[in-house]
Amino acid sequence: MSSSPDKLVYMANQIGKFFQSQGHDRAVPGISEHIWKFWDPRMRKQIFAHLDTGGAGLDPDVREALQKLKQQA
Amino acid sequence: MSLIQEIDFGTPKSKSEAMVTLTIDGNQITVPEGTSIMRAAMEAGTQIPKLCATDMVDAFGSCRLCLVEIEGRAGTPASCTTPVMPGLVVHTQSDRLKKLRKGVMELYISDHPLDCLTCAANGDCELQDMAGAVGLRDVRYGYEGENHVFAKSHGCENDNWMPKDESNPYFTYDPSKCIVCSRCVRACEEVQGTFALTISGRGFDSRVSPGMSESFLGSECVSCGACVQACPTATLTEKSVIEIGQPEHSVVTTCAYCGVGCAFKAEMRGEEVVRMVPWKDGKANRGHSCVKGRFAWGYTTHKERILKPMIRERIEDPWQEVSWDEAFNFAAAKFKGIQQKYGRDAVGGITSSRCTNEETYLVQKLIRGGFGNNNVDTCARVCHSPTGYGLSQTFGTSAGTQDFDSVEDTDVVMIIGANPASAHPVFASRLKKRLRQGAKLIVLDPRRTEMVESPHVKALHLPLMPGTNVAVVTALAHVIVTEGLVNESFVRERCDWSEFEEWAAFVAQEKYSPEATAIMTGVDPNALREAARIYATGGNGAIYYGLGVTEHSQGSTTVIAIANLAMVTGNIGRSGVGVNPLRGQNNVQGSCDMGSFPHELPGYRHISGDAVREQFEAMWNVKLNNEPGLRIPNMFDAAIEGTFMGLYVQGEDILQSDPNTKHVVAALSAMECVIVHDLFLNETANYAHVFLPGSTFLEKDGTFTNAERRIQRVRKVMTPRNGYADWEVTILLAKAMGFEMHYNHPSEIMDEIAALTPTFTGVSYDKLDELGSVQWPCNEKAPEGTPIMHIGGFVRGKGKFIITEYIATDERTGPRYPLLLTTGRILSQYNVGAQTRRTENVVWHAEDRLEIHPHDAELRGVRDGDWVRLASRAGETTLRAEITDRVAPGVVYTTFHHPDTQANVITTDFSDWATNCPEYKVTAVQISPSNGPSDWQKAYDEQARHSRRIAPVVEAAE
Repeated sequence: MSSSPDKLVYMANQIGKFFQSQGHDRAVPGISEHIWKFWDPRMRKQIFAHLDTGGAGLDPDVREALQKLKQQA
Repeated sequence: MSLIQEIDFGTPKSKSEAMVTLTIDGNQITVPEGTSIMRAAMEAGTQIPKLCATDMVDAFGSCRLCLVEIEGRAGTPASCTTPVMPGLVVHTQSDRLKKLRKGVMELYISDHPLDCLTCAANGDCELQDMAGAVGLRDVRYGYEGENHVFAKSHGCENDNWMPKDESNPYFTYDPSKCIVCSRCVRACEEVQGTFALTISGRGFDSRVSPGMSESFLGSECVSCGACVQACPTATLTEKSVIEIGQPEHSVVTTCAYCGVGCAFKAEMRGEEVVRMVPWKDGKANRGHSCVKGRFAWGYTTHKERILKPMIRERIEDPWQEVSWDEAFNFAAAKFKGIQQKYGRDAVGGITSSRCTNEETYLVQKLIRGGFGNNNVDTCARVCHSPTGYGLSQTFGTSAGTQDFDSVEDTDVVMIIGANPASAHPVFASRLKKRLRQGAKLIVLDPRRTEMVESPHVKALHLPLMPGTNVAVVTALAHVIVTEGLVNESFVRERCDWSEFEEWAAFVAQEKYSPEATAIMTGVDPNALREAARIYATGGNGAIYYGLGVTEHSQGSTTVIAIANLAMVTGNIGRSGVGVNPLRGQNNVQGSCDMGSFPHELPGYRHISGDAVREQFEAMWNVKLNNEPGLRIPNMFDAAIEGTFMGLYVQGEDILQSDPNTKHVVAALSAMECVIVHDLFLNETANYAHVFLPGSTFLEKDGTFTNAERRIQRVRKVMTPRNGYADWEVTILLAKAMGFEMHYNHPSEIMDEIAALTPTFTGVSYDKLDELGSVQWPCNEKAPEGTPIMHIGGFVRGKGKFIITEYIATDERTGPRYPLLLTTGRILSQYNVGAQTRRTENVVWHAEDRLEIHPHDAELRGVRDGDWVRLASRAGETTLRAEITDRVAPGVVYTTFHHPDTQANVITTDFSDWATNCPEYKVTAVQISPSNGPSDWQKAYDEQARHSRRIAPVVEAAE
């Protein structure tokens, strides 16, 4: 977990796993709100960049949440 | 200033609400039922002579000095053991009583040395006071007979005489001065709950004995000091008093060790501390203490304290001592340079949970206002950040719900992932007192801690596998829901019912039952069901938890699961119940309250909220950044990546305390300027470029906020040896950076906090002086503070049930790393040990040891005391093994107090999903025999020694 995108993907998926049990409709806004509230802008920028290059490794709800967040930004 | 004299009422206060009126010496007095005549008299201002009675322990009735006469009753009853009755007429002085008391005193003194002038208790001896009070003028029996006083009598060895026991580093036991009043024995039992002392022998042979005639150090004694405090003579005396003499003035202040927040009287001679004595009016500790707060303050004058600012260009260079101005200008130039080169967000800081609220507030203000970003974090990141998240989501506040007094009304105590006997000892003593009165105890912990089994303590123990908290707590909820133990009226009234229904359906699934989860958790399903039933139906149920809950990949989830458990059983909103995080450091609650987290301003308000941010902008006269900043682990990642290059660390040793030491070393090495503001050249300072000397809690004014949200004063008793209090240093550093802050005294900083923070609007130094302490929220609605939260309803409105699915950590055991390491603390040491390792406390714990089960040890050929290599995927170290069945097979345990072990070289990068709180409590490891320190330890030690060099000061040539 040394290289940055891998670590951020891991962290984002970890957040996703918590919200997963609440169902897709609540998980997606839950994940995007959490990342918006607690991640510093450079971390968000990096994960958005990773998303732009295919977003490998991101779980489906997490990917959707990040896409939403990116649109709002 | 004078010495604060606390009134000793002789027997404890009665809690009864029924009042009784009686007459003592012609005066009518009304007191609660159950009060002793002795106490009633003292409340009316009459001190009845006494020796064996003191109000910290129950009446004993052995000294026969406190006799009184009661009209209509025969004889002369002891006033300490005789309760008041309506209409009693009591006389405390008569010819008969005078004669009896004088006779008793004469016998005491006939077996007591008369070296009063050179005695350490001279000026503070109750025996001497009582001899004076009863008018003792001569001792008819002489000193020739059998006695405990003289080493030799009639030319022969005196078998009754015993030499002093000097084994404890902080106090001396002089048996020749003992009057066998049993106050020490009772204090050890009733106040501390250790039962280390007893009276051996009978009649004239009676003596105080630690254990079976052991030395104090060799016995079970935990050196809390309660016995020394209780002793009426010089039998048990602080060595500092023996050395210095009696104090002449005292100041009430707050201990700078753990989150219990004990109030102490600093007893002084001039600017020298003679001793620290727990203050009976302290609402957290109620007159009790532990070995750290009572005795381990010698670090404040330790020779290794750095008193002059120092700078260096590169960490390979020796330190150069410079003036304060040079240090500030050097630091400011470096930070400004970094911001010019890498951008405004390339610097940040860490506030200290050991410093005062006011100091913490200033550091975050400097970062937000002066640096212009929100890269501020605090050690709560690595301990209780999940508490803040979990409790604010479910209840609406980021703090515990009760005061410590609440435990006196608790019927069932559930301790999860905490060992208060070691980490929060004064609270543990209060808890044990309640257990001896019959409260039940449940402990969830991988280890069989002192809280599971100790004298008069026997818990229902659920020894779970590290990392399975969520599964176990959810299984408890499963039992409560499926066995119909839900407190439905509470849930309907106080919580969101539809969220509850959804949650209840979730936990009721068979796969979350104790039976189905036992394979992962290792917990006996029957014991788990029993625990759930006791907690749900046993009366007032209170949960106390520690870092064994938070420091996991699912730390926040477990906090939420605990909150769910309290809500579903209705254990919230009154005395005796609640969810109580046992906070680690003295002011970690306060540092969180003061806006030390990168996403929120003081009072837990998100930085993106325009209205709140604008208030701060107006007060600070600066534009603030509205984006959350980096958390500590994110700072390290950004440093390695090259976007975070400067860090100001106040009073925190991140290199030793944060996980995955190699990663932290890499991050610190990558930074261009690290400013360490501390008492000592700590481990982080090995990678620092600027060292700003810090001040101790004895050298400054301020406030600390303990685990009960209690704000208490810290009062300056001596001039800062380094020249400045820490709040002054931050102001001067800010000024050098071009950010002006003006305060003449910390009280003005608190006034600013109160003006900006809704939960603090009623807090001021005047109020703290008046009330002693207040618990926030303290405002118009609660002018005297809030001991218990969520009475009648939750702060957030309706209590929120949130689903907690167990997700195993990715830190897994396997063939290469088959054991699970978990970490913890020991009583005598505190955190990274920077303070306690520089005191005599090292006699109890000179090194970190690895606890390993006999079965695992035998498999690996490890014997007790052997050096072993402890290796994880992150790194390896060596330490000595201690073979014990306190840990289960498959689990090993160690402490992290010593930098030469560096337990954190082993711990990994895994962290809590919500807050990035590191997963200290679960690391897959392997153990093997070893010959001594690892190569890494040797290299680390070499670097540390090299880095700590201070260049000799060269005198300018003529």
